[in-house]
Amino acid sequence: MTSQHLTESPVSQPPALTKRPDDSTTVPKNVLDITGLTVDIATPRGTLHVVRDVSLHVKRGETLCIVGESGCGKSMTSLAIMGLLPKSAKRSSARFEFLGEELSQASKGHINDLRGNKMAMIFQEPMTALNPAYTIGEQLTEHYRHHLKVSESDARARAVSLLEKVGIASAAQRLGQYPHQLSGGLRQRVMIAMSLMCNPELLIADEPSTALDVTIQAQILRLLADLQKELGIAMVLITHDLGVVARIADRVAVMYAGQIVEQGSAAEIFSAPQHPYTRGLISCIPIPGRTIPGGKLGTIPGVVPPLLGDMAGCAFRERCASAQASCAGSIPVHQTPHGHQWRCVLEPTKVVAA
Amino acid sequence: MKNNKALYVGCGLLLIIFCMAIFAPWLSPHDPYFQDLTYRTVPPVWYEQGTWLHPLGTDQLGRDYLSRLFYGARISLLIGASVAVISGLIGCTMGMLAGYFGGRIDMIVSFFVTTRLSMPVILVALATVALVGSSMWVVIMVLGLLKWDRFAVVMRSATQQVRAMEYVAAAQSAGASTLRILLTEVLPNVLPHLIVIATLEAASAILLEAALSFLGLGVQPPLPSWGLMISEAKSYMFFSFWLIAIPGTALAVLIFAINLAGDGLHQWLTPQERG
Amino acid sequence: MLAYLVKRLGLAVLVALTVSVIAYLLLYLSGDPALAIAGEGARQADIDLIRKTYGFDRPLIVQYGDWLLKLLQGNLGVSMYFKTDVAPLIFSKLSTTLLLALYALAVALVISVPLGVLAAIYKNSWIDRLCLAVAVVGQAMPNFFFALILIMLFSISWRLLPVSGSGTWQHFVMPAITLGYYAAPAFMRLIRAGMIEVLSADYIRTARAKGLPTHTVIFKHALRNAIVPVVALAAVQLGFLLGGSIVIETIFALDGLGYLAYQSITFKDYPVTQIIVLLLSVIYILLTLASDVANAWLDPRIRVA
Repeated sequence: MTSQHLTESPVSQPPALTKRPDDSTTVPKNVLDITGLTVDIATPRGTLHVVRDVSLHVKRGETLCIVGESGCGKSMTSLAIMGLLPKSAKRSSARFEFLGEELSQASKGHINDLRGNKMAMIFQEPMTALNPAYTIGEQLTEHYRHHLKVSESDARARAVSLLEKVGIASAAQRLGQYPHQLSGGLRQRVMIAMSLMCNPELLIADEPSTALDVTIQAQILRLLADLQKELGIAMVLITHDLGVVARIADRVAVMYAGQIVEQGSAAEIFSAPQHPYTRGLISCIPIPGRTIPGGKLGTIPGVVPPLLGDMAGCAFRERCASAQASCAGSIPVHQTPHGHQWRCVLEPTKVVAA
Repeated sequence: MKNNKALYVGCGLLLIIFCMAIFAPWLSPHDPYFQDLTYRTVPPVWYEQGTWLHPLGTDQLGRDYLSRLFYGARISLLIGASVAVISGLIGCTMGMLAGYFGGRIDMIVSFFVTTRLSMPVILVALATVALVGSSMWVVIMVLGLLKWDRFAVVMRSATQQVRAMEYVAAAQSAGASTLRILLTEVLPNVLPHLIVIATLEAASAILLEAALSFLGLGVQPPLPSWGLMISEAKSYMFFSFWLIAIPGTALAVLIFAINLAGDGLHQWLTPQERG
Repeated sequence: MLAYLVKRLGLAVLVALTVSVIAYLLLYLSGDPALAIAGEGARQADIDLIRKTYGFDRPLIVQYGDWLLKLLQGNLGVSMYFKTDVAPLIFSKLSTTLLLALYALAVALVISVPLGVLAAIYKNSWIDRLCLAVAVVGQAMPNFFFALILIMLFSISWRLLPVSGSGTWQHFVMPAITLGYYAAPAFMRLIRAGMIEVLSADYIRTARAKGLPTHTVIFKHALRNAIVPVVALAAVQLGFLLGGSIVIETIFALDGLGYLAYQSITFKDYPVTQIIVLLLSVIYILLTLASDVANAWLDPRIRVA
């Protein structure tokens, strides 16, 4: 698969960046398929259950947005996928398939080989994500040369072409520059280019635009969407901003207190949200085209419960307007044939978001 | 605080040594200066030839080592404390002035600090003691006049931080005089950090005095400075190892205790570095 | 970068001049420099001769100015005790002391870098505590005591190394270890603190996210940034090592500047002492200047400003 992209072209031509063909016979449909992911962190006050029984999947060319408020576990989930959890965290999963390969018991060395190579991640804060002591060029090429054993000149050529692809002018000069010489927006573009160097199948973006200027935010998101469409990567985008979700998600997973409380296509989530938390979220923010100008925005009263100890029942019940006694017990998981899932004791309704 | 073993162990050891020094006259079995020539270089009691008459043995002039150990503690502690106080007063004053007034005064003080830092302390101390005349008090004065730099630096930055805070502006607008502000607002906040520095400087001063005495230009015989005891015993060390081991270990334990206590204090004051 | 250099250089010159004044005035600490040089039991005629020879009867400013002028022209005077010109005397010993200081620095770094990196990676574990314990104990022992113990072990008991003198490299081993181990704890703490801070930085997470091997992350990415304050400290410590070498050189009779300084003081050859004080200070000033420049160069944010 990857050899197509490192085509034996003459030295002067950088390797071509082309879209993957949709070869459904030899390629699994899901790039990433996780079932029952759990992350526990040992603290002096007890075990923190930051990720609880999370199941999700992403297909090639698809954007899955994980959305939720701070502390819901969305970042931890992405770190768990990448194998970047802190030492004190324990991860377990019933199934962790990446490109058809089961990874739950994989060795650290194998994960290291995949990381930065087949699965890449970009983070929220571009100002501090680059090492101030090395040039942009060095940081762009080092993992490419490490994983794929290419020569210095080939690596630099690819770096230049990727920098141009993410919209950075005078790319060749940029290679010799240091991070402090670039603005936040430029640095984030560099991070995007860096993540694409080895032709990953999966790109995880953790709040890629949150730390940037409002004007730059839209540019970065559009860039990500364009790149994904062009290269056919599977993308997991983490955000707390439903506006972002509305703009670029194919599918949405709503997280609350470490669990995915609702998951489905973007269209379904926005038109017929089933979980009270999802409904609350949607009513909280103005969505262009949906919210009535001049109307009231909703709020969700209360706070997220602590993630300690035995967490039985629905974590949202303290704040849910429709809570019942049965919410303290085991919560059923509903599922429609189109892949819309949610955890709630309530009966499904055909709600059009208010 | 409960987990701060360093502080407890350090302070505990210090307390023991402190008691040794204060109660030396009562704890010592003999007069530390009395030369009993019939009992020269007697090894400590755990050796074959040892005796309980002199539990830690005697030196080459027949003086009881245990007694000299206790009295030596007095010298080390006195030097450590005095130098810390003197250099502390000098350094804190300079640092406070520099931090509070800034501008020219700050430049001058910083210049002094840089100059002082460029000078080789032990060499200057040696030369000074040699020229003025070596005695314990000269050593204390010289070290006190040389070791104020860390106080000044820390005091300066702490004062700058405090000065930028609002309650100082409030005090100023209420008409309080500069001195009053410095004493009532700045000093109490900086005091804990100063104590940590003081322990470091005291430890350093004790080691310096030991080195000076070792070279013959510090405390003069027959005073039982631990450094001087090591120097006097140099030539006998192969056959009478305890003659240098006992004062050397005593010095090490004292410095260790001071550093430990200082570390513990530092940990207590900056909790963000823990865990 | 150039403006920064010029400013630092100016400051350095000013400090050097101030130290020269202090060094010159040292002689007056005893009251009468002629008496100090001549010694307690000297005859009045000798004292007056010394006063004339060294010009102590002139106004202070003139004395100092003359001394400084001669210095800048390379005339460092004559040693009374060694009966030779001071300049060649000092510079022949300087190389020995510099060598000792460099060896000691190497010893300090060899001990402190691995310990500091280990302590940082395994922060708050028993490994960390062990490294810290080594640091604290290392700083507690007086260096001359440690030197004596080393001599007992390596020279007398095991006969591996020579006790004193400065002919061969073996003569430098124990002095270098004694000097170096005392400087190691400071480096170790600095490296540990620096590494802990750097290891939690975002760019380390980026490096790990790229799938780089652990040793690359630690040494290429983390240590490279954590080492910056260590370079500054190394230059400063080198200065201290030079100054602190007096005791060690004297114990081991290592024929360097420190030993010369000790001898000049003991034999009342104070003019030599003055020169050595000034020389050591100037070296220290140059070292801190070099370290500031190196610091600025290592940080691309200053270099490519």
